[in-house]
Amino acid sequence: MSLSATIHHRLPGFTLDAAFSAGPGVTALFGRSGAGKTTLVNAVAGLLRPDQARIDAGGAVLTDTARGIFLPPHQRRIGYVFQDARLFPHLSVSGNLEYGARFAPRAARPSRARYSEIVDMLGIGSLLDRRPGALSGGERQRVALGRAILSAPHLLLLDEPLAALDEARKAEILPYLERLRDLGLPILYVSHSASEIARLAGHVVMLDGGRVIAAGAAGDVLSDPATATALGQETGALLAGEIAAQDPDGLTRLSTPAGSVWVARPDLPVGAKLRLRILARDVMLATAAPEGISALNILAGKIERIDPAPDGSVLVRLRLGDDAAILSRITERSRRALDLEPGMPVHALLKSVSIAEIAPG
Amino acid sequence: MGWLSSDEWQAVALSLKVSSVAVAASLPLGILVAHALARWRFPGRGLLNALVHLPLILPPVVTGYLLLLGFGRRGVFGAPLAEWFGIVFAFRWTGAALAAAIMAFPLMVRTIRLSIEAVDPRLEQAASTLGAGRASAFATVTLPLILPGIIAGCVIAFAKAMGEFGATITFVSNIPGQTQTLPTAIYSELQVPGGEAQAARLVAVSLIVALGALLASEWLGRAVARKVAGA
Repeated sequence: MSLSATIHHRLPGFTLDAAFSAGPGVTALFGRSGAGKTTLVNAVAGLLRPDQARIDAGGAVLTDTARGIFLPPHQRRIGYVFQDARLFPHLSVSGNLEYGARFAPRAARPSRARYSEIVDMLGIGSLLDRRPGALSGGERQRVALGRAILSAPHLLLLDEPLAALDEARKAEILPYLERLRDLGLPILYVSHSASEIARLAGHVVMLDGGRVIAAGAAGDVLSDPATATALGQETGALLAGEIAAQDPDGLTRLSTPAGSVWVARPDLPVGAKLRLRILARDVMLATAAPEGISALNILAGKIERIDPAPDGSVLVRLRLGDDAAILSRITERSRRALDLEPGMPVHALLKSVSIAEIAPG
Repeated sequence: MGWLSSDEWQAVALSLKVSSVAVAASLPLGILVAHALARWRFPGRGLLNALVHLPLILPPVVTGYLLLLGFGRRGVFGAPLAEWFGIVFAFRWTGAALAAAIMAFPLMVRTIRLSIEAVDPRLEQAASTLGAGRASAFATVTLPLILPGIIAGCVIAFAKAMGEFGATITFVSNIPGQTQTLPTAIYSELQVPGGEAQAARLVAVSLIVALGALLASEWLGRAVARKVAGA
């Protein structure tokens, strides 16, 4: 199923004017607070009636203001996990989960087996008799996820499901979100955290000031200099890799389209697929192959483009092989000192590489 | 009940019947109006609010007289109701129930409205994304959450109905066995020289009923609140 939406909506002091589409897998709606993300998903869910819009999902028209069509939210079959979970306080956890199943069309109503499968997947089996008031924030979000999945939706909207949680709780939920993604349900994931998106999303729609400023594959959007202002310190590229060897000194060699990269992650088998996140601020550039340096990961590439950033630094996009690109943030002074221009061959020194995601399978 | 005369006993039974019917019959409308005032924005909302509260501010005699004009035998509504449906209010216990319901309505609506306003409207939004239509979302989410408020509203309306005097006596008079309720019976007995002793018994009954209703509502409200909050 795929979703496509064109929405124009005016709020006091803010105008949303955005068009995007989302296919199977996780599509991230990404942007700073106030970029219009929640307004957009509310319009998709039918909780907001936009001034002008056309929204369709899998061939069915949900909203078309030109033709006066507005399907009410309960007929849209779109699951919504709110930032604040919004569990029903008068129902137990199982009551909340069953509420999701209760209004699903008869043919799509989840079976007993499906119910237990979801409960197991989310690890909420021991909470079934509890009331929402007695749950932690992370547990609440897991129950809200289960409730939404059990309503048998065609599409799932997650509005910053981790925003209200501390780092430990986030780490607790992320694996469940990964499992959810692997169920194959199309997911629209709202977030302002680049690391969550690097970990979960296949596609990214980047919003700023109510407009779409970039859209496409996660690796491309996150390494697109046009999105750097919105990302700030979080600007960086994604690199797909596969574990090639476990070295005896504890380092793991990954093969990537850009060459070999070593990381300290020895607990994965050879052949496992990974997604690496390399922040632009962690990449240094050298015009000649550096010698006598402690950095392990040095990749050779060619400068593709150079964009000035608003803070006086410049963002250099490097093409590494056919299928990979990374970003480096350096000062304008360094750029001039090295006389860097598009087309020049350079070496990139990676100060730090983090594993964004362990790909399924 | 040896210590009450049959007339007095009749008055007590009639008061209980009138108040119960008044509360039960006006409750669905009370919930609807409370919900409309709490959640909906529509033209005439202020007017509806004023109309609902009018009996609280008007002298009860005026309310009773307006009822007589509207629902009397030849009233604007009374005549067609009697002719088409055989429903007669004037000088019947049904009239006493109507008067009690109208006098108690503002208190019922206020109490229920406050409890609706305390429920997060976004919970109904969540219900709608799970496939519940507007009516189902109200019935399965908001209604259970406001149950303590509904009970409180019913009890206060019942107590008001039990004590209603001015509008009742104006609209349906004070006919023993027909329209004589507890307060009008007390009034009648106080009009007779030396009737204080008899009146005192009815006063005692009033006190017992009122106190019993309050205690029962406290207990019921707590039990329901516990069940709803489920902590």
